[in-house]
Amino acid sequence: MSEKTWPLWEVFIRTRNGMAHRHVGSVHAVDAEMALQNARDVYTRRGEGLSVWVVPSTAITASDPDDKDMLFEPTATKIYRHPTFYEIPDEVGHM
Amino acid sequence: MSRPLFDYVLRLADNALVLGHRLSEWCGHAPVLEEDLALANMGLDLIGQARSLYGYAGEVEGAGRGEDALAYLRDAAAYRNVLLVEQPNGDFAATMTRQLMYAAFAHPYYEALRQSRDGTLAAIAAKSAKELAYHVRHAAEWVIRLGDGTADSRRRAQDALDELWPYTGELFEADDVERALIAAGIAIDPETVRPTWQRTMEDIVAEATLILPPTGWMQSGGRTGRHSEHLGHILSELQFLQRAYPGATW
Repeated sequence: MSEKTWPLWEVFIRTRNGMAHRHVGSVHAVDAEMALQNARDVYTRRGEGLSVWVVPSTAITASDPDDKDMLFEPTATKIYRHPTFYEIPDEVGHM
Repeated sequence: MSRPLFDYVLRLADNALVLGHRLSEWCGHAPVLEEDLALANMGLDLIGQARSLYGYAGEVEGAGRGEDALAYLRDAAAYRNVLLVEQPNGDFAATMTRQLMYAAFAHPYYEALRQSRDGTLAAIAAKSAKELAYHVRHAAEWVIRLGDGTADSRRRAQDALDELWPYTGELFEADDVERALIAAGIAIDPETVRPTWQRTMEDIVAEATLILPPTGWMQSGGRTGRHSEHLGHILSELQFLQRAYPGATW
């Protein structure tokens, strides 16, 4: 019998209405439908989710770790971009 | 106490417990981690259903027997599950085919039982139906992929279908105990579920490019306590702790 590795899928779960889907991990599965079921079985056993997305891992384009100085370092000195100078009223909730 | 109601609830509970135990046997042995968890999840759903039903059966009986006494301290001949659920796990195709056959029956059955005049049964049915809906989906998707997969997976799926088919007839049996409860609006006539079950099986088997076995002679006996040799082995493992250390808790 031939052993082939199943494709990898990235799993995103939304925990509550109004929140964004968050990456939680990955699963192996033969296709999208089974990936969704596997994600449900592996990552929502403790009531974590209201909605699940799966995305083929190969569909993700990632930044090169070697580029991190060029991409991310320049923001370190621009503290005026952080909204730390404002008072945020409690009623605003999640920002 | 109502003896017919006690017997009826016990039958439902035994089906759930024995199949749940069978699925638990896969824990740590499934082909992939994802499926290991999927099988354990379904097993826990079924054992949870069994617990609710045993608890209620004990209440109906009124003899001080709780869920543990009913699950751990009855011998095989006192068990009332259908023979289908005690069949060995076999290979993955056999487990998934068995799961589909049971869930495709139990899901519409519990959906119907939500209308029971017995409030407790209706509540247990509502919870169980949701869980079983997922079992149908998961098992069906697997049977489709195994049947319409490689030559090897296809052969295994067809073998499982042929081998387990004669055990499906028992799902639809009803005796006098049950017929009285059906007439009283408490139990569900399993015959009313057959068209839905038949359609699900036909659709899935067709999509899996498999061949539905002809409906001929059917196995029977589990409902009256005449079990295959497999149940004794299941119980020897399931009941060992309570038999060796009566009343043990943790």
